[in-house]
Amino acid sequence: MTDFYQFFLQSLPNLLNGLGNTFLLTFVAITVGFFIGLFLALGRVYGTKAINLFCLGYIEIIRGTPLLVQLFIIYFGLPSVGILFTPLQAALLGLAINSGAYQAEYLRGSIQSIESGQMTAARSLGMSKLQSIQHVILPQALRVSIPAWSNEFIYLLQYSSIAYLITVSELTAEGKFIAAHTFRYLEIFAIIAIIYLVLTIISTEIIDRIAKRLSIPGIGAAKGVGLRDV
Amino acid sequence: MPMLEVKDIHKSYCKVEILKGVSFAMEKEQTKVIIGPSGTGKSTLLRCINQLSPPDKGEVWLDGEEITSRKTDINVVREKIGFVFQEFNLFTHLTALRNVSIGLEKVKKIEKEAARKRAMEELQRVGLEKQAEQYPAQLSGGQKQRVGIARALAMDPDIILFDEPTSALDPELIGDVLDVMKSLAGKVAMLVVTHEMGFARNVADEIIFMEGGVIVEQGPPKEMFTNAKTQRAREFLGRIGALYGGD
Repeated sequence: MTDFYQFFLQSLPNLLNGLGNTFLLTFVAITVGFFIGLFLALGRVYGTKAINLFCLGYIEIIRGTPLLVQLFIIYFGLPSVGILFTPLQAALLGLAINSGAYQAEYLRGSIQSIESGQMTAARSLGMSKLQSIQHVILPQALRVSIPAWSNEFIYLLQYSSIAYLITVSELTAEGKFIAAHTFRYLEIFAIIAIIYLVLTIISTEIIDRIAKRLSIPGIGAAKGVGLRDV
Repeated sequence: MPMLEVKDIHKSYCKVEILKGVSFAMEKEQTKVIIGPSGTGKSTLLRCINQLSPPDKGEVWLDGEEITSRKTDINVVREKIGFVFQEFNLFTHLTALRNVSIGLEKVKKIEKEAARKRAMEELQRVGLEKQAEQYPAQLSGGQKQRVGIARALAMDPDIILFDEPTSALDPELIGDVLDVMKSLAGKVAMLVVTHEMGFARNVADEIIFMEGGVIVEQGPPKEMFTNAKTQRAREFLGRIGALYGGD
């Protein structure tokens, strides 16, 4: 056991290094992806026919092709037309573009779940369409989309490990590196699995608390009841 | 010149003509009640007036301005036309107070504190100052509708359109809403689609009877209830009077 502990301590600096990149990939992808998703979702619901078609095209192409293929195109493919990225840049870009398409669909669902009377009431007060969306539709739709968004966050946290395949040294890549030098595959990947597990539990808990704080009194889950309680 | 003038409104949905040429006028601070069987286009008429569904043909004039014209900024016009919905349509994520103040803040660009103060006055007017911090889901149907009325009133409209404001309420809650509406009579123009015959008889300056997408007859309540000219109006008023109470 002391031997395992020693091994853990020795691996820690590398793992923390990798963890930093995992965090970076997750947070950038979820944030940039959110804004891409928001734009696409609004375009799908409220856009003109041309905008709607453009957004639909983006979503279908991204969701219809594997993330790994998208990363390979960005990292290995684009240099042949003169566009070069570092591995980290390519991974950040790929994950954000990919997450945007998925978040667009969650957001579209939540926007469409808001009763049409809300928009009608906002418009009849004299709000413009944009004001109605900003002050009435989105504050409600974003609350509705928190559970799906929580899923997306966990997904990104874990599947950012795919960036390892374009040589980004995130958590999983560091594990592979250590294992290749020590041949202690079981131990190192057990440690990494536990790190992912703990991070997932913590982030779920945090998002759950956010959902509770933002819940609208009297609706659905009562105050103090979170996502996992219903 | 009347405050509101509706000229020959036509409206079709999916090739079915709902409104087949409706015209009437309203003076300042008048109360008119529209009655008639369901599916007659009463709600559609209200939505044509504030352009929630623009008419296919015809004109709507408010304060000497043609609001059906393309040149009109409809958002500005809608500030002057309040709308109270059958299903309340309160903003579910906002407290009662914010439901009333949001239009003042975002549309009239009134500073936040002043808007809250004004909103509170309107809530007091409908007897809901104690519920100011409650959310719509925590209010009864009658309370929700009174917030809906306060929300419309806060914008200082020339006219408020009521689309069956008590139809979604439990019978014992209707009274409170009607009381608030009665208290507004003579202070702001009201155009009310309702089956509440008591309200129509006691509060309305004029009753408009619609059927089949046209106005069949209109006149003061006394005349309409005692000797309507058309056979259809007499039949309808007789039947609905028995159901919803003449007084």
